[in-house]
Amino acid sequence: MKTTDATDRGGDVRLSGISKTYGSFTAVHPLDLTVPQGSFFALLGASGCGKTTTLRMIAGLEEPSTGTVHLGDQDVTALPPYKRPVNTVFQSYALFPHLDIFENVAFGLRRRGIKSVKKQVEEMLDLVQLGEQARKKPHQLSGGQQQRVAVARALINHPKVLLLDEPLGALDLKLRRQMQLELKRIQTEVGITFVHVTHDQEEAMTMADTVAVMNGGRVEQLGAPADLYENPRTTFVANFLGTSNLIEAEVDSTSGDDIVVKAAGDKLVLPAERCSAATTTGGKVLVGVRPEKIGLTHADEAGTVPEGRNRITGKIANTSFIGVSTQYVVDCAACPGFEVYVQNIDRDPRLVPGADVVLHWNPAHTFGLDAAQDIDAGVAEEEAA
Amino acid sequence: MSTLTEAPPPLAPAAPEKKPPRRRGRLTPYWLLLPGILWLVVFFALPMIYQASTSVQTGSLEEGYKVTWHFATYWDALSEYWPQFLRSVAYAASATVLCLLLGYPLAYLIAFRAGRWRNLIMILVIAPFFTSFLIRTLAWKTILADGGPVVGALNTLHVLDVTSWLGWTAGDRVLATPLAVVCGLTYNFLPFMILPLYTSLERIDGRLHEAAGDLYARPFTTFRKVTFPLSMPGVVSGTLLTFIPATGDYVNASLLGSADTGMIGNVIQSQFLRVLDYPTAAALSFILMAAILAMVTVYIRKSGTEDLV
Repeated sequence: MKTTDATDRGGDVRLSGISKTYGSFTAVHPLDLTVPQGSFFALLGASGCGKTTTLRMIAGLEEPSTGTVHLGDQDVTALPPYKRPVNTVFQSYALFPHLDIFENVAFGLRRRGIKSVKKQVEEMLDLVQLGEQARKKPHQLSGGQQQRVAVARALINHPKVLLLDEPLGALDLKLRRQMQLELKRIQTEVGITFVHVTHDQEEAMTMADTVAVMNGGRVEQLGAPADLYENPRTTFVANFLGTSNLIEAEVDSTSGDDIVVKAAGDKLVLPAERCSAATTTGGKVLVGVRPEKIGLTHADEAGTVPEGRNRITGKIANTSFIGVSTQYVVDCAACPGFEVYVQNIDRDPRLVPGADVVLHWNPAHTFGLDAAQDIDAGVAEEEAA
Repeated sequence: MSTLTEAPPPLAPAAPEKKPPRRRGRLTPYWLLLPGILWLVVFFALPMIYQASTSVQTGSLEEGYKVTWHFATYWDALSEYWPQFLRSVAYAASATVLCLLLGYPLAYLIAFRAGRWRNLIMILVIAPFFTSFLIRTLAWKTILADGGPVVGALNTLHVLDVTSWLGWTAGDRVLATPLAVVCGLTYNFLPFMILPLYTSLERIDGRLHEAAGDLYARPFTTFRKVTFPLSMPGVVSGTLLTFIPATGDYVNASLLGSADTGMIGNVIQSQFLRVLDYPTAAALSFILMAAILAMVTVYIRKSGTEDLV
């Protein structure tokens, strides 16, 4: 068996102008994407955003309407699935119910005419810790075990690229966490390019080196998880990846590297480099800040808030205690339903619903977005998924 | 605290009241079984017992039959009519194989390729049932008529030379030959093959085909290694639903065949209705039943479909 060489570029996936239309419906708009060899790449989006269609076009299960798919230097656009050096871990696994675990894993090797599969299959089953289950049928295994069989069945072929279509969707939360780490470990160990489709933003951020957020058949933003989280460039990304507080504001002035905006009487400052929208004095802009960046102080102690922080006032509408932190919903003039997460270090007993509070945060944690977008994009989708 | 001490009393009197309905409920399944059991007793168990007693009677129609435990009837019947038995099994087996060969591609087409035509094709498969079995079989008499277009075409293509050499047809006739009987059986039982095949093919998860393709299986290999093994329950029930009634059939053999193509069904029918030798007819029926039961048991064991479902 060939082992994948880290310097070999054969595992690059290059999509050029690839699109898919069904009648008048466009599932994927023309898309250019390069997944470098050896990386763990996640396609993240709500159901129906085109992420699975994109994956299936790489696998050859769906024929692109336009564009090409390259694996390394090879144009595979016209190749049927059984001739492509990629393997897929299917949603709900698609294990062969009439074959035992051993034969499921050996399937790909046998189809390529390899006679002595025993050693390889046993090694692969050991890798996914299923050596004992080799002679069982898929329905005799638990969900997590079936999932590992699906991974083993794909990986044993040493594909250039492993495609994972919502591989953890059917597992319960605890098992999902465990399998996320497991998959990440396997990926680091074998060094194969992984392309992972998921609607779970936490899963994408935990596992992937690079995340592409898809919405309505387009890639909204692509980058490292931390970069996407800290610097969302669209309201969809800001809301879909974690939670964002978005405030409609008007540009007041620009001073040096900072932009000063006004929202319902409060003046807020944000760094110009973190504003993805064009700003003209008097123009509209959406100001965003993540809930965990915010400090919450009771109105009686407003004087203790250091100078130079962005501050707005409001009244607590709701609190929920979740152990490690407390989540507050604060109604402000500029933004109803402002969310604040506070670590439970020293809890202020006065912070109960109805209390007047001051919200304050470091201006460097503020980002600016184009106000022409739907401020709620990506909010409902996440709940539905 | 007061709410806690007050809470139990309302439960206490309620408990004994709950028991009787539950006990009555325990009998409900048996009441529901009753109609089915009655039906089986009246239309299956009693006739079987009656037939079993008939098969060991001796006597004549004029003097009446009496149970004399004359088991020799079985042996006599078997030694006299074994050619018809063998013929029945051979014809039914041929028809079953033909049904499978014709029905599988059609069921596959309906299950995976028909798209919006699926319902229409299904109706076409079932449509023959809207007319009587006899009329449909008689229609084959016209189709295979001497000098008719079908026989003419087969003659021109020299197919009949081959089938005559094999003993399936006689000269330039198709009617009144084994081939005609097998054709009739195949035609009449084809829907019984297609429907179970379709049901089990339709149940196969389409993603398994994709998974097989993803794992380097060409379309035909996918069929051989995934689709066909998974459709085995349909193949087994389809072949049983075809083979069992075809073995006992006598309509096709009497309408499309000749004296030389008589099946065991024809023998039983004539023993009962013409010769009026009831014990022999009953014994033949039991032999047929036992033979089919034995063959089916071996077949199901061999095909190993138990752990497929």
